[in-house]
Amino acid sequence: MIAPFEDVVIRTACRLLIPFIQLYGLYVIAHGAESPGGGFQGGVILGASFILLSLAYNADEVRKRVSEKRNLIFCSVGLFIYSGIGAVCLALGGNYLNYSRLHHLLPVDPVYARALGIFGIEVGVGMTVMAVMLSIFLDLASKHEDEGEMTSLGMDR
Amino acid sequence: MKIVGLIAVCLTGALLIYGTIDFPSWGDPQSPASLHVSPRYIEKTVEETDVPNMVTSVLADYRGYDTLGETTVIFTAGMSCILLIRRFSR
Repeated sequence: MIAPFEDVVIRTACRLLIPFIQLYGLYVIAHGAESPGGGFQGGVILGASFILLSLAYNADEVRKRVSEKRNLIFCSVGLFIYSGIGAVCLALGGNYLNYSRLHHLLPVDPVYARALGIFGIEVGVGMTVMAVMLSIFLDLASKHEDEGEMTSLGMDR
Repeated sequence: MKIVGLIAVCLTGALLIYGTIDFPSWGDPQSPASLHVSPRYIEKTVEETDVPNMVTSVLADYRGYDTLGETTVIFTAGMSCILLIRRFSR
């Protein structure tokens, strides 16, 4: 477990920064089609915001907000959204991941349906990347109760 | 045994370097990749996908299978880390 690092400056700065980092991550995912960015980059920014929270407070603070179970659900749902959009296109009579077929479901023309499909899979990719980043970090930075006094990541003072 | 490994590595490396001789030179406008798919993506991206960012349209639409595979790789990495290093309470 990361040893609690009680520094009011760091905690306040992180408390102020994290909402903006997360907003920026969502912006990067949502604007992936118009500007540089996309699911991978935005997901990493979102995951990094949670990692910053666990560095400034501790891993349990993050687990209180995003439990391991919920994190696992995020992991799977992201990939499910991606492959699910592909399967919906298949069910609507097109090829797998041929988003233009989505215009049967959405009130848009086939060309704009492709843009919406791209946005949908970016959201899925972002969710998976965010959850996997956080999951790997928490697994590496945590210790079990029956282990001795061992601090990781050099956070002990 | 180490000698055999060294020879195998050197042979594979030599084969790979030999393979690069046939590559088109970097940025060659006459290379097959620049003649077929690239101009099509550049010309048709906005027309076909309504997405101004060409990188995203290639990544998520024209090469959607590839990105699906990449996401699966990340998902698998996360699952493997959970299985290998997460400490479950007994």
